Amino acid sequence: MSGFTDSIAGKKRKSSIQIGSLIYDGVICFILLLVLIACFYPFWYILILSLNDATDSLKGGLFLFPRVFTIDSYISVVNNGEFLHAAWISLARTVIGTLYSLFFTTLLAYGMSKKDLVGAKAISVFFIITMYFGGGLIPYYMVLKAIGLIDTFWVYIIPGAISVYNMILIRIYIESLPAEMEESAKLDGANEITILFRIIIPLCMPVLATVCLFFAVGQWNSWFDTNLYTYSKKLKTLQFLLVQILNNYDLGSMQSQAELLAKATERKTTSSDSVRMATTMVATLPIILVYPFLQKYFVKGIMIGAVKS
Amino acid sequence: MSVELGNTVSLNRTKIHKNSLKSRILKHKYLYILILPGIIWALVFCYAPIYGLYMAFINYIPESNFFQSFIRSEFVGLDWFKFFFQTGDFLRILRNTLATSVLTLVISFPAPIILALVLNECRALIFKRMVQTVSYLPHFISWVITANIFLTMMSSGGVINQLLMSMGLTKEPIMFFQDGKLFWLLLAIANTWKGMGYSSIIYLAAITSINDELYAAASIDGANRWQRMIYITLPSIMPTAAVMLVLSVGGLLNAGFEQQLLMGNPTILEYSDVIDTYSYRYGFGSGMYSYGAAVGLFKSLVNFILLMVTNFIVTKIRGRTLL
Repeated sequence: MSGFTDSIAGKKRKSSIQIGSLIYDGVICFILLLVLIACFYPFWYILILSLNDATDSLKGGLFLFPRVFTIDSYISVVNNGEFLHAAWISLARTVIGTLYSLFFTTLLAYGMSKKDLVGAKAISVFFIITMYFGGGLIPYYMVLKAIGLIDTFWVYIIPGAISVYNMILIRIYIESLPAEMEESAKLDGANEITILFRIIIPLCMPVLATVCLFFAVGQWNSWFDTNLYTYSKKLKTLQFLLVQILNNYDLGSMQSQAELLAKATERKTTSSDSVRMATTMVATLPIILVYPFLQKYFVKGIMIGAVKS
Repeated sequence: MSVELGNTVSLNRTKIHKNSLKSRILKHKYLYILILPGIIWALVFCYAPIYGLYMAFINYIPESNFFQSFIRSEFVGLDWFKFFFQTGDFLRILRNTLATSVLTLVISFPAPIILALVLNECRALIFKRMVQTVSYLPHFISWVITANIFLTMMSSGGVINQLLMSMGLTKEPIMFFQDGKLFWLLLAIANTWKGMGYSSIIYLAAITSINDELYAAASIDGANRWQRMIYITLPSIMPTAAVMLVLSVGGLLNAGFEQQLLMGNPTILEYSDVIDTYSYRYGFGSGMYSYGAAVGLFKSLVNFILLMVTNFIVTKIRGRTLL
């Protein structure tokens, strides 16, 4: 008799556990869905605003899809010579700057990976200090000015030769490689420079991909150096162009809807607002396109960094 | 090392020892060549500006030649620092800096922990991976674009205000960029939005290193998934969380720079001005180079002290040094 009630209670408990687990899964998925929306929707919102007729956008109520579809804003962006030039500068600094930084940072990382080097400890401290203490913006500017980098394209490239953080990432990776390969190459009479290029770099591809991503994203996203260290129009980057558009933007918050609407209908053509959206989209796109492919690398990269630092 | 060498080649021990320093340096001459560009870079772009901080102690007036004006300018000692503390600015800047970074800390510290825990509980693997991928994305987006997004979404006619109004939470659109205190909150949210997914990677890494036997034992004891999360997963990532917390406390004076420059506006300068933007504004905007440099130096020094204290605490927690 008691065995019978036990088994019923057991069944009941089991099914309640299943329901509980189901609710639990539901709550988990719900929270993740909120995160997904919070991280993705802003980009989507910018996209639909950039694809919607500018005057129509001001009426509000745009949430999921464009109402009056148009690619006018993109056409006016692409036909803008200033924009094309800025995009070209952005691309140039990203490609040249990334390769340049990657080269010098890798050289340094390999040099620093040998513990029996005389003065290795001191050199290591010498570099780590730069991560935690600096002169600040104003003395830095004075140095750039003194060596004649102000208002040249090279101000985007040369000061970025080394990233100490990325150097440490690469160094940790090199230190984890088996030492035998290097030893045998050394017996064959190869010097360290040959070893670095023939043996170490091919083995380091995963970490170099991570660091490459960090450098490239940093270059592409950078705007403040353009703002402070260059005056010429021909050196303006895409991000900086966007800052200028942003500064001209009257902060929709400061004007009433009616004022904005009146303004936009006066102009008739694509308002600066939708151009701003289109430019934002174009500046975001390269990162969105490139990044899923590199995701597995940077996750690995930050793990290395997290474990060691 | 020379001892090791001596042991293996015991016959030549004394000879090697005598020449060891020179021969060891020569042995690695190529390595020094590889390191040299890095050293030059650090001297020019890191140490020269540190030397340039001498500016903070003189009344720097720019002339054609940088070094000449350095020497000719009048030495004023700590006057710029005194000036900074005596103007009412100091307290206001400190308030803004701390308000922004403490609010950011309060939101952005727990967020990645919760995200990592929830991700770990998710059994739909494809969905989980999708959320992860998308949640890292804001980290790679520039502040220019982030500012654009926030200004658009939170403007009077933006989607957030429309949503709040349709839900009846507010009658008038909320002016997020007109109210200084709301602006602090806005910055905290923006910082969290940008960093949450990326920071969760560290916690996920900590979670993967938890021993499976702990979970198995807990299941046998009848713990459900919620209990396993609260009593096993959460305590297991606490040391990591403690380190991250201490690190962010160490960076309390880093209340942002680009954020304020891009999202702020003159009406709320009273609230948006933090120590970095202040130094920048005076240094470049008003041409008070020495004053700007002095404010920057003050921040660097406090930061450095905070870092040392932080490092000391982290060393206590983890048993090894951070630096």
